[in-house]
Amino acid sequence: MIRLEPRPQPSILWTYASPALALAITVFVAVFIFIAFGKDPVRGLSIFFWEPIKSPYALTELILKATPLMVIALGLILSFRANVWNIGAEGQFLLGAIVAGGLAVWVTENQIATQRWAFAPIVLLAGAVGGALWASIAALCKDKFNANEILVTLMLVYVANLLLSYLVFGPWKDPKGFNFPQSIRFSDDTLLPRLFATGRAHVGFALSILLSALMWIFMFRMLRGYQLQVGGIAPLAARYAGFSSRGALWTALLVSGAFAGMAGAMEVAGPMGQLTPYVSNGYGFTAIIVAFVGRLHPVGVVFAAFLLSMFLIGGELSQSRLGLPSALSGVFQGLLLFALLTCDTLVNNRIRWVGAKKSEAHA
Amino acid sequence: MSATAPPPRLALRHITKRYPSVVANEDVSLSVAPGEIHAVLGENGAGKSTLMKIIYGAVKPDSGEMLFEGRPFFAKNPRDARAHGISMVFQHFSLFDTLSVAENIWLGLDQSIRLDQVREQIAATAEKFGLPLEADRPVHTLSVGERQRVEIMRSLLTQPKLLILDEPTSVLTPQAVEKLFATLRQLAASGCSILYISHKLDEIRSLCTNCTVLRGGRVTGKVDPREESNASLSRLMIGAEPPLLLHRDAKLGAVALDVKQLTLKSDAMFGTNLDHISLHVREGEIVGIAGVSGNGQQELLAALSGENPRAPSQSVQLFGADIASAPPNRRRSLGLFFVPEERLGRGAVPVHSLAMNNLLTRHHELASRNALAWVSPARSRSLAKDIIARFNVKAGGDSAAAKSLSGGNLQKYIVGREISAKPKVLIVAQPTWGVDVGAAAQIRAELLKLRDEGCAVLVVSEELEELFELCDRMHVIAKGKLSPSIATRDASVELIGEWMSGLWTTPVAAESTTA
Amino acid sequence: MNELALLIAAMLSAGTPLAIATLGLLINERVGVVNLGAEGMMLIAAVCGFAVAFVTGNQWLGFLAGAVAGACAAALFGLLAVWLNTNQYATGLALTLFGGGLSAFIGIEFVGKKLAEQPKYDWPWLSDLPFLGTAFFKHHPMVYLAIFLAVAMVYLLYKTRLGLVLRAVGESPDSAHALGYRVRLIRLFALMAGGALCGVAGAYLSVVYAPLWVEGMTAGRGWIALALTVFATWRPLRALMGAYLFGGVTMLQLYLQGEGVQIPAQFMSMLPYLATIVVLVLISRNPTWIRTNMPASLGKPFYPT
Repeated sequence: MIRLEPRPQPSILWTYASPALALAITVFVAVFIFIAFGKDPVRGLSIFFWEPIKSPYALTELILKATPLMVIALGLILSFRANVWNIGAEGQFLLGAIVAGGLAVWVTENQIATQRWAFAPIVLLAGAVGGALWASIAALCKDKFNANEILVTLMLVYVANLLLSYLVFGPWKDPKGFNFPQSIRFSDDTLLPRLFATGRAHVGFALSILLSALMWIFMFRMLRGYQLQVGGIAPLAARYAGFSSRGALWTALLVSGAFAGMAGAMEVAGPMGQLTPYVSNGYGFTAIIVAFVGRLHPVGVVFAAFLLSMFLIGGELSQSRLGLPSALSGVFQGLLLFALLTCDTLVNNRIRWVGAKKSEAHA
Repeated sequence: MSATAPPPRLALRHITKRYPSVVANEDVSLSVAPGEIHAVLGENGAGKSTLMKIIYGAVKPDSGEMLFEGRPFFAKNPRDARAHGISMVFQHFSLFDTLSVAENIWLGLDQSIRLDQVREQIAATAEKFGLPLEADRPVHTLSVGERQRVEIMRSLLTQPKLLILDEPTSVLTPQAVEKLFATLRQLAASGCSILYISHKLDEIRSLCTNCTVLRGGRVTGKVDPREESNASLSRLMIGAEPPLLLHRDAKLGAVALDVKQLTLKSDAMFGTNLDHISLHVREGEIVGIAGVSGNGQQELLAALSGENPRAPSQSVQLFGADIASAPPNRRRSLGLFFVPEERLGRGAVPVHSLAMNNLLTRHHELASRNALAWVSPARSRSLAKDIIARFNVKAGGDSAAAKSLSGGNLQKYIVGREISAKPKVLIVAQPTWGVDVGAAAQIRAELLKLRDEGCAVLVVSEELEELFELCDRMHVIAKGKLSPSIATRDASVELIGEWMSGLWTTPVAAESTTA
Repeated sequence: MNELALLIAAMLSAGTPLAIATLGLLINERVGVVNLGAEGMMLIAAVCGFAVAFVTGNQWLGFLAGAVAGACAAALFGLLAVWLNTNQYATGLALTLFGGGLSAFIGIEFVGKKLAEQPKYDWPWLSDLPFLGTAFFKHHPMVYLAIFLAVAMVYLLYKTRLGLVLRAVGESPDSAHALGYRVRLIRLFALMAGGALCGVAGAYLSVVYAPLWVEGMTAGRGWIALALTVFATWRPLRALMGAYLFGGVTMLQLYLQGEGVQIPAQFMSMLPYLATIVVLVLISRNPTWIRTNMPASLGKPFYPT
């Protein structure tokens, strides 16, 4: 039988090999799903792993979807490492989209003259403030009333969704929009500058790479970042050292909220160009998987964001090309996270094969 | 023993158990007669616990055999062991705080008897063995000694033929130890065999009729402890005489730490409130606080270290400055350092390297002093290397995870980290708890050296021997109250034992606290 | 008057899936495990229950399918969180995300399908009582089962040895292990029982309450049920009360809209979620109240030695 044996030190090899093995397991299961539905597994896999990178335009689409995932996940890793479970990034994303979108609508309606490069920082900041404020509700509930942040942030997702829905069905509805639930289109000058000649990828991507570097520095070269992480893995040690747990809570929620909100701003001021009820595409939840697959590491999430971006694009393509529901992407995302959590056992444990000399009474 | 004696109650033959990094037991044999009180003596890490877990069915040996009442038998699991009459009282109690005494005992019984029958049996057994217990009290309201009674009662109700006790006296006052021994002798006289695991030489000599000594997983002696001296037993146990500590006369300086009428409500669920605690520690002396665990030590230490900054203003003073509500950082910058009882998870972050763990208490030196507080990994590493070298820590370098070190080595590292910060006041909780004799001796010697250099040292410990060895003066804490202090040379184990039950007389003539 | 009776009836009906799910999660948490996958389990169970009820035409087989699906999903969670000691929160989230995707994937064929007409559930004589009949005696049997479950769980937890063992495991798995109880096995079975109940709750939504399949139709009820375990301070009867309270909040929005209250529908729909936050804040405000009631090992991993 197999027995798990704790390692004295976490295995560095498995820290990196575990996501790879998890991906391999997911692909393995995916092959079975394709076969079960009578689809050619090679074609199925190519839709997920080749189509998104085969042309420059496809690559820009990959970047476009990876950008919000990366930005949200960069905030989440800080939060998770501090043992603050902000799982409502989706809601903070939506609030960022609402605030940034509202600003863009206001600028457009009042015909205020702007330029893309000048307005971009403003709209991104607006989104960050919106996300941070939304997250601060959870921080306040936790800090003052000890209310579980998991449940509060998650409930706020539903509230944010309904708020967005109210706005685009109600006061912000485009009067010339044939009664569709959507705002007016933002003026061109309020949109984020494009990054390449082709495709819709925007400066947000460059910013997200910069944020990744900043996050690395904060986590591994600054005392505040270290304090936050100690609070997450060993709260008693943090208390012993004198690191403030309230400070960690607020920092974690405000930063992750701001990042998610900024991602929301990028989405409305980037590819969307207007507010609709479908701003999100579930980015806030997919980013949770990005954070884990990226080992809660600021560099890891860059790669993970591209992988999950492939999953999202592959899901859409498998609907149009294979006639499989796009929910397939969600199945694969869940599978990947399950497989990853399983494989991560190997980081802190090794497998020992115990001879069957005495069968133990384990079930 | 005559040749016609019945078969031994328990016989172990050539038991060997290896773990990946250590051999816990190698070729261990021992034999216990019916009604015998048999000691298993060894220091921390000698393999006593593993051996007992093998007998109790919690661990499978790699090789060897076990005979129970003459028949080959290995318990499949603890439940199986109990069904065959082998029962164990653990050092760390296996009790459920929110459940009642009767429910706790019921959970340890395998027969399908009803709860009210359990209550009757408790009453009957309590009478017979002098173990008073109230069946319906929730366990969290009991003292540590009473909790141990629940554990023993749970064992007795299974009608054991062999009772194993793992370091049972570490939680008891000397007087309570005597009562326990009376119960055990009575139990042995009724035919039950007892395996008594301990590292306390005096107790084994007064209670046991046979003794197997373990060192490094091997049997190093089988003796009748009544015919041995502490020194000869110690030689068998650690291979040498116990190291002697050099204790110079104290050169007292100013009052460094001064606690005045500290009264504080505990914030733990079943904690102890502190009640008008006063004490002071001068430069150049070691003051000890004795007491059974759970009498307010945790709460007092948290108030002194700054982990709990809610002490009333002026109740904790450092060189005359009020630090009652100062956070730990600030206390450290004023020269007060602290070694907590739990090494992993409190004194050190288990998964972080030793170098990173330096940042816990030494970040003032290791991070830049500007608002950004940059961390320099290189400086952390070189500090770690220094501590490892100076305090002789066995570790896989400065990048070894804290949890990869043995208890003794991690404790040496943590104590070293705090000592090398050149503290003016050092507070140490359980300096040598669960540490092997060599490391313990080294840590105690370092603390004495620190005192000779003029540091004020406060040691909180449950080990009386340790306190008698280290301290110049001693207090006793009981139910959140602190006894007056007594010079170690005037104190006796009996007196401290009485005080541990809260029975000290009116304050000894109060010493002046101001220099 | 009759309106009030209808409101009470609607409240009981809306509270029933919350009650059953909360009771299931309560078993999990009593043995010390937080399963954030409640939403995912309910969704998988809802689609499985609907599919089986649709294909067989028998709603009871639908409930059975929901229970089995919920238990299987919980077993998957248990193998990871209990045996491999993966982070309980992360694993639960994985289950919720996976369940959302899988249920949408399976359910694509059942979108827009309708179940066969359901029988009316009338009690002889009682259902004809004025007011009381409408309010209390015209419900689906599951509504009464939920009440029975809550009472049965009180008996189980506080009056039987099995319940004592469950509470003991949640209080201190290490002590239970030292006494020879198979902590991981007990936790796994408790998780599966809880998963089965969440499954029944999910199936109730798609088979009785809606009755149809829509992607993401649980609409956060799994999360609200998780909040309700805290609200109930881990006691079955309080869980039942909490569930009806939330059923009432859900119904209140419909009622107010029916009365022509001029508040946008979206704000009314926010009520259950906002109420959850308010309830959490009110109940968690007093930390000692939570700590004295919470199973001591809740959310902490257990490593047998």
